Amino acid sequence: MNGADLIAILPLLVLTAAAVVVMVAICIRRSHLLAVWLTAAGLVLAFASLWKSASAAPTQATPLLIIDGYALFYMGLIIAATFVTVILCYGYLENQQGYREELYVLVLTAALGSCVMVASNHFVSFFLGLEILSVALYAMNAYVCSRKISLEAGIKYLVLAAASAAFLLFGMALIYAQLGTLQFGQIASMLMSGVAYEKTLIYPGMALMITGIGFKLGVVPFHMWTPDVYEGAPAPVTAFVATISKGGMVALLLRYFYETGAYRLHSVFVVFSIIAIASMVAGNLLALLQNNVKRILAYSSIAHLGYILVAFLAGGNRAAEAVTFYLVAYFVTTLGAFGVVSVLSNDDRDADSMEDYEGLFWRRPVLAGIFTLMLLSLAGIPLTAGFIGKFFVIAAGTSASLYGLIFVLVVTSVVGLFYYLRILVAMYRPLAETGKTAPVAHPSLSRSGSFALAGLTVLLVWIGVYPGPFLDAIQRAVSTLRIF
Amino acid sequence: MILVWLIAILLVAGILAEISGRISTLWPRVISLAAVIIDFAIALALWRENSAGITLATQSEWFRQVDWAWVPQYGIHFHLAMDGLSLLMVVLTFLLGIMSVLASWKEIQEGVGFFHFNLMLILAGIVGVFLAVDLFLFYFMWELMLVPMYFLIAIWGHERRIYAAVKFFLFTQISGLFMLIAILTLYFIHHGVSGVYSFEYKDLLGTALTPHTAMLLMLGFFVAFAVKLPMFPFHTWLPDAHTEAPTAGSVILAGLLLKTGAYGMLRFVVPLFPGAAHQFAPIAMLLGVIGIIYGSVLAFGQTDLKRLVAYTSVSHLGFALVGIFAWNPIALQGVIIVMIAHGISTGALFMLVGELQERTHTREMDRLHGLWATIPAMSGVFMFFALASIGLPGLGDFIGEFLTLLGTYRVSLGVTIAAAIGILISTLYTLKVIQRAFHGPNTHQWTLPDLGKRELVMMVPMMLILLGIGLYPQPLFKTFEPAMRKLQQYAAPQPVLTVVPDTHHVPYRQDASRDDSEMNLERR
Repeated sequence: MNGADLIAILPLLVLTAAAVVVMVAICIRRSHLLAVWLTAAGLVLAFASLWKSASAAPTQATPLLIIDGYALFYMGLIIAATFVTVILCYGYLENQQGYREELYVLVLTAALGSCVMVASNHFVSFFLGLEILSVALYAMNAYVCSRKISLEAGIKYLVLAAASAAFLLFGMALIYAQLGTLQFGQIASMLMSGVAYEKTLIYPGMALMITGIGFKLGVVPFHMWTPDVYEGAPAPVTAFVATISKGGMVALLLRYFYETGAYRLHSVFVVFSIIAIASMVAGNLLALLQNNVKRILAYSSIAHLGYILVAFLAGGNRAAEAVTFYLVAYFVTTLGAFGVVSVLSNDDRDADSMEDYEGLFWRRPVLAGIFTLMLLSLAGIPLTAGFIGKFFVIAAGTSASLYGLIFVLVVTSVVGLFYYLRILVAMYRPLAETGKTAPVAHPSLSRSGSFALAGLTVLLVWIGVYPGPFLDAIQRAVSTLRIF
Repeated sequence: MILVWLIAILLVAGILAEISGRISTLWPRVISLAAVIIDFAIALALWRENSAGITLATQSEWFRQVDWAWVPQYGIHFHLAMDGLSLLMVVLTFLLGIMSVLASWKEIQEGVGFFHFNLMLILAGIVGVFLAVDLFLFYFMWELMLVPMYFLIAIWGHERRIYAAVKFFLFTQISGLFMLIAILTLYFIHHGVSGVYSFEYKDLLGTALTPHTAMLLMLGFFVAFAVKLPMFPFHTWLPDAHTEAPTAGSVILAGLLLKTGAYGMLRFVVPLFPGAAHQFAPIAMLLGVIGIIYGSVLAFGQTDLKRLVAYTSVSHLGFALVGIFAWNPIALQGVIIVMIAHGISTGALFMLVGELQERTHTREMDRLHGLWATIPAMSGVFMFFALASIGLPGLGDFIGEFLTLLGTYRVSLGVTIAAAIGILISTLYTLKVIQRAFHGPNTHQWTLPDLGKRELVMMVPMMLILLGIGLYPQPLFKTFEPAMRKLQQYAAPQPVLTVVPDTHHVPYRQDASRDDSEMNLERR
């Protein structure tokens, strides 16, 4: 490792340092505001350092990490999303009892783990990144430990994540045993030359890895944890799980399967098709049965990951673009939706029952308007980022003639409209009908929270109306991916 | 640039209405009305300019257009263009826009700002649909108008509004997504042939397709437009949506949203896939005829006035479908008149039913009786529009349906006869309404205020326009003709849809030309 490598991995170093600084600061002086400021400063610095490391890119910094346009783009996305989460956490935790500051150390660590994942082209960094992320998430999910449901979410996540990590590790070991390498590039050349296909343990290895990956993505049939964790975790943490944790894994999924060429294997294609279809169908249908807004969003995220897999299966540059674009849109939307949930929550419980949203439009028109936009974006309606994302996903699928998958996507996404509309219907129900004549006492919207939500809304509409610049950046980033 | 303004004015007005709605309930109405009137004036100015220069500029297809790169990576353009067909539709849009703002003046009292925001957004979406010639933009606008319409029904509708709104939304969404798949497939096939990524209407015209693919893609488009039109058996959302929507919603639904379906068939289905459309024409026409008869029969069975008017739309738009797939100049001229006249007459009927409901708090025919005694003017106006809608000669709808039948006759005698029977049934339900709701003794002792000033301002111009179209439809034909020629030219490769040998009709055509030279446009 030399100086150039250090510059290349500067964002990771800054994040690590920020986590340490916040930890030390807590030891010296316990102050919520100070912790938030330090965290935010660390994130801003890390974001700024992306440009510095871009000057060194593309480079293989140590055998473990590849710093290229693709990795930097995703790091930027993760850091920006973490920044939004931190702002939401601040407003949310202000209302809570107990220690607040440690959450930020965990958030920074988890973000670091996710950043490592997007820059990894080696099984070791893959696993390291995943574990850094997961361990931080165990604690984050259970952070509001006065609530039973939050503890339950934490334990559930712990058990299942640990088990899935074991699957993943076993899969990696099998592949290593057969091919003798942990490097994506070398695996690719062996797959290309056809040597690998004669080895019997490749397929079990792949299958076990897909299990581990599938768990992190929360796709059917590895989705069992999703609704419970979404419901139990504090709202900003749910936003984090839904976006950064899943997003990092999607980025890695693309890199792993595209750079090794494994996505061309017929069996991989079949497995992911089944997973995609099952996720779209189960996610959308089960969401219909829910009455809890956070659980609805959980099932909807299962379905959305299914859509992403459809684009992923199309294969090639255009598909990678579509996946990345969809993910950006999904990040903005999901952060916005959980942002609304978290600003409506109080110290007692999260605002996750339908009743909290009854007639919201007549009580808090701006907030309801923002939530409406977010839901419409999830449903893929024009003027929002979700529409363009869905369009690109369908375009990617069509270009690869995946008509079966596209058909399922279309039909299930219409089913999906149903439950988004349910929330909308509740929000726009006249106050007279809901029986709530006076505005329900909610903590007034914190300045930081409204700032974050306003920013997300602007971004949502901007991407939805003029996606050109974003697409440009994504195309440049994805072009550095070495797709076999 | 002026085309962008048409949309931008509406959007800005919508936002201003939403903001001003916080302060008062009057401002949103005034702002919206002003915006639509300005747009209407612009559209009329464009029309005048166009009709003056029509002889000079027959060669260029669009007389106004705006073309900006939007998402260049995918070859997506913000391309709006206007020809005679779009112009007529846009004028109708703004006319009914004015009416719907006026119609909600008293009806809507809650959430006034948000209501007008939605109203403006719908109109903007509809104008966008009529003007877009980039297929992505078209789909964007197509979807854009749905959400505000959903809100309009779901928030300000009547008793079963949620059910109706959700049904409307789901029907239109899923059919729209099939169209999206068809658009994208066409786009990639076009790229495969030419190496250019483009959603441009003109580029995609004449893309080489195998008959099988062409048929599938055509069906993808067809389904989206058939649901909107609405064609039997995809019409079931319509009675619910129309009945539950507030008056302005019904006016826009019947007057404009349904027309986007017919417009899409005219502009896209046949020109893009002439061969497939030709093959499919008998089925489409059959479904159209079923719609005509089925709609009338069901209308006859309704007791709810609004539902009755809603079912008549199914019937009348059946004529549009039949005419479009007959695809000859006479039928197409008929279709355009049907679209405009139906928009006005049915829009007016919905407004009158709305006014009646405001006064009597019911739409049930049995609870109304002998209204003529207490509100003679309103009853008279109602009868005027009801008769217009069944095609009383001298009024707009007559010209439309007559020409459509005339054009269809040259393609299929059976369809023409069946459609004519549909007209017969429509006279029955109209007479029933007039008799049961307005005539007879005033058993319920209604004493109601007659038409007010605002209502007269709405009704009189609409009556005059219908009368104008009925007596002198030439300006509409003239505006539409160049656009129609282009459409026919696009669909030309296979001489389209002449089922009966042409010689058979020669004497007939000559007869017709003697009677009315305007009707025989193809001779020129």
